[in-house]
Parts: sequence; C-alpha cells; structure tokens
Amino acid sequence: MVERRPLFKLFCHVILIFGILAIALPVWLALVATTHENNVFATGTPLWFGDLGLSVFWDLLSSDSSFNNSALPITHMLFNSFVMALTITLGKLSISILSAYAVVFFRFPGRMLAFWMIFFTLMLPVEVRIMPTFEVITNLNMLNSFSGLTIPLIASATATFLFRQFFLTIPQELIEAARIDGAGPIKFFFDILLPLSRTNIAALFVITFIYGWNQYLWPLLITTDAQYYTIVMGIKQMLGVVDGIVEWNKIMATTIIAMLPPVVVVIAMQKAFVKGLVDTEK
Amino acid sequence: MSSHVGFKNKWLPIALIAPQLLITLVFFIWPAGQAIVQSTQLEDAFGLSTEFVGLENFVSLFNDSNYLASFFTTLQFSITVAVLALVSALILSAFAEHITRGTTFYRTFLIWPYAVAPVVAGSLWLFLFDPTIGVVSEMLQWVNVDWDPVLNGSHAMWMVVITSTWKQISYNFLFFLAALQSVPKSLHEAAAIDGSGPIKRFMTISFPLISPTSFFLLVVNFVYAFFDTFAVIHAMTQGGPSNSTSTLVYKVYNDGFIGLNLGSSAAQSVILMALVALLTVVQFKYVEKKVAY
Repeated sequence: MVERRPLFKLFCHVILIFGILAIALPVWLALVATTHENNVFATGTPLWFGDLGLSVFWDLLSSDSSFNNSALPITHMLFNSFVMALTITLGKLSISILSAYAVVFFRFPGRMLAFWMIFFTLMLPVEVRIMPTFEVITNLNMLNSFSGLTIPLIASATATFLFRQFFLTIPQELIEAARIDGAGPIKFFFDILLPLSRTNIAALFVITFIYGWNQYLWPLLITTDAQYYTIVMGIKQMLGVVDGIVEWNKIMATTIIAMLPPVVVVIAMQKAFVKGLVDTEK
Repeated sequence: MSSHVGFKNKWLPIALIAPQLLITLVFFIWPAGQAIVQSTQLEDAFGLSTEFVGLENFVSLFNDSNYLASFFTTLQFSITVAVLALVSALILSAFAEHITRGTTFYRTFLIWPYAVAPVVAGSLWLFLFDPTIGVVSEMLQWVNVDWDPVLNGSHAMWMVVITSTWKQISYNFLFFLAALQSVPKSLHEAAAIDGSGPIKRFMTISFPLISPTSFFLLVVNFVYAFFDTFAVIHAMTQGGPSNSTSTLVYKVYNDGFIGLNLGSSAAQSVILMALVALLTVVQFKYVEKKVAY
C-alpha cells in the first residue's frame, strides 16, 4: 500500500459496489420476473419477488410440453447443449494438444505449412464464410446431426498455440532423460507431458466450454430439425412471438437456465478461467 | 520457429496433426476458397448456371447504398461499443486496484457476464428495454422520452450497443486490472512522496504505462463488436428498424442465408475476410512489442 487514505478507499468500494449492482441489474429483474404470474407485467416490471417461488422453474423443467414457439421441451434442449458443449470441448482439447505435440517435438516434412494452415483459421471465423461452409455441410450430409454441430468447431488455432507455448518451455533435459530411460514418444506424451499440462487443460476447458455452450450462429445455420435445437437457440424461438401474450416469466426463467451452466463453470473455476483468458490472447 | 529436438519418427507426427489439418482444410480453407471463387461469379435467377463476372459483384456492392450504409452502421456500432466498454472497464479496474480486501468478491461479481451467451444477453436486456413493460421505458417516461426501439432506429441502436457493451466489460476489466497491477509500485511510492494523489498518479503514471494493453484491448473490442455481436442483433432487432442495426456480419447472413443472393454474399464474405486478416495482423504485430516496460 502506498499511502493511507481511508475516505478514498471507501469511495473505491462504493464505486465497485455500484458497478456490480449495475451489471447484475438485468439478471435481478429476470429473477424477480420468474416469481410473478404473467398478468402482473401488464402494469410494468416488478422490482421485488412475487409469491410463485421457484414454481415456474419446476414447471419448465418437469413438463414435457413446450411453450410459445419453442418446439422442444427445455430438458431436451439442455441435453443437446450439454452434448454439444462437451463434445466441442473434448474434441478441441484433444486435437489441439496432439497437433501441438507434433509441431513442437517432431521434425517432419510440411511442419511449417501445417503450422501456418492452423494459424490461418484465426482469420476465418464462421461469420465470414457462412454460405460456403453451409454448402460443405450439406454436401457431407451433416445437416441436423451432432457431428455437424460439433466437428467443424473443434479446429482451433488458439488452443494449439497455447499448448505449443507451454511445450516450448519444457526443458530439453526432460526429453533426453525420458529417452535414456527408454520412453518412446507415446509413453512420453501420456506419462510426462499430459500430467504437466494439467493447469493449461483446465484453463482451456473453461474457455472452450463457454465457447461451445454459447454457439448461436452455427446451430442456427445447420439445424432445421427441432430435435437438435440447443437451449441458447431455443431462447430466440421464444422471443419470436409476434402476436399473442409474451410469457415473460417463462422466458426469463429459460434465459436464466440457459446462462447458468457457463456462469457456474466460470465462477467455480475462476482461477483457471482468468489464466485461460489471458493466455489464449498471447 | 524454435522447437525441441525431440523424437525421430516419420509417420507419428503426421498422424497426430492430421485430424486438426483435415478439419481446417474441409471446414475453413475450402469454404474460404469457395467464397473467393463465388464472389467472382453470377448465378442466374433459377440457380441453373453461373458465369464469371470478375469484380462485378464488388463493384455493385460499393455502388449499393444499402451496403455502404451497413458499413457506416457497423463503424458507428463498433466505435460506440468499444469506447463504452473500455472506459467503464478502465474506471472500474482503476478503483479495484486500490482495494486490498474483498478483491476476489469484486472480481467474481464483475467477470460473470463474460460467460453469458450473446443471445441470452439479448433476451435479458430485451425485457428491460421492452417499450410497454420495460424498466427503461418507464424511467425514460419521467423525462418525457417515448422509448420505441421497434420503430425508432437510434433507440434500437442504443439497445444493441448497451447489451453488447454489458457483455464485454468483464473481459476488459480483467486485462486492465492485470496491467494496472503490473505497474511498478516504486513509481507510485515516489510520486506519492512528491505529493501527488491517486487520481494524478493514475493520469500521469498508470494510464501512460498501460497503453500497450489499452491498444490491444481496442483491437480485441473491435473484433468483438464486428463479429461476435451477430446473436445480439439477431435476437433483439433483426437488423431493423429499416436496417438501422444491420451490421456487415448481419447483412452477410441476411443476404446469403435468407435472401440467397450467393454472388453478393460471397463478395461480402471476402471483404469481411480482408477485414479480419487486417485486424489479426495488427493484433499480432502489436503483441510482439507487448512487453514495453
């Protein structure tokens, strides 16, 4: 601490608490909305809890029926989201760590070319190649399938680079020692490299899980069959009511359900999250 | 590129890197090439034949007032989002830096919006911004503003700007805080002995020293506003009213996927690719010099 200024310190706390409240405001109002009957909203947004408790959540999660335009029960959409997010996460981590291993620990023809090809994907987010990618998916018969939802998203330059950076810091002596002890490349990978990469894997897990769970444009393009809708996509369907009554309490409850898994992951694995965020940008 | 002298094996590394390269080729590089090819072609109304037209698609894009308007909309949107998200995050992190107790508490409650999906953010804020029942419209009535994002273009723009900013503050906050904490304490101590208070020290020491981070964040925020806000716009305004929130990415989607105008959509894709390439190069060139102090 540089100096003692209790009043200034108090002021800092006040500003930060104000910031926290401002950022939390939309979620607060959403949470309050889920505890009210829908007819309450006719007179404006309530600011304090009503008497429905968590019943709107239980209704949504327990009933098999859907509401508004959503074509699928929430539990099914949640299941789809979990399958998609976890497949993308596991796929991304596996192929990235393997390719980083190949690039750093081996010399093979075309190594630089491979490196630059992976680098190139940084410049090609889905948003800039919507139509041609859609055509590729159509030609490969991957519309409306989990493979179509996940496989194209598991290539990753950032994850590969992160593992590469980390592998480069591993001392040469470690590899030599392993070789002298008779470890081949596969044993070295599983027994030495993988355990050493634990913190990096955790950091990337958080970032990638959020990325996978929050995908929106991609499922929008390649799923027309409601069977494959994810919860993040489902929200848009519910907002799309043109006529009739907007069931704000149910929409807000679904919104909260949709944001809960990634938010819980970020808060529970905060250290890994911060590391992942900072490291992937290098 | 430096590398270890590791193992001698010809086929193993190729097998290890093959899945990544295969996906990259099939789903990234091939479609990007297709976009470039299609951008020079024109398809007839029935989709039966295509002919090579050179740069005609690009020329007609730049003569299309809708496209130019979308360029302007994107610029306006991105600059506002970047400035708002950077300034509010800088203010919060500058105050957070002085706090010794409860840092984890504050950090936890400031970073969670990063995990919220853009469309979820759109849904949350749509409830606040609803013209009949929303809190915002109620408050604006006190100052006699008739809030109507459904019909009023600038209201719609503010709505998507605020939602997108809200989501980006946590990211900027984390990076600003890390940068501020890495400014040497001795500089602050010396300045404090010379009699300058915390605000003066921030303006004359911290802020100039974290300028590499600020610049880096500026680029990242631009990329975010350009490419990651599609879901916010799609959920909240669908580009309307009358295209007032139709950014370049929203227009590519709308013209290609909804309007099925392949040539024009491909040309727009190529322009966007050039933009991302430019931003990526700026970002990487800068990262080389990241350690400035």
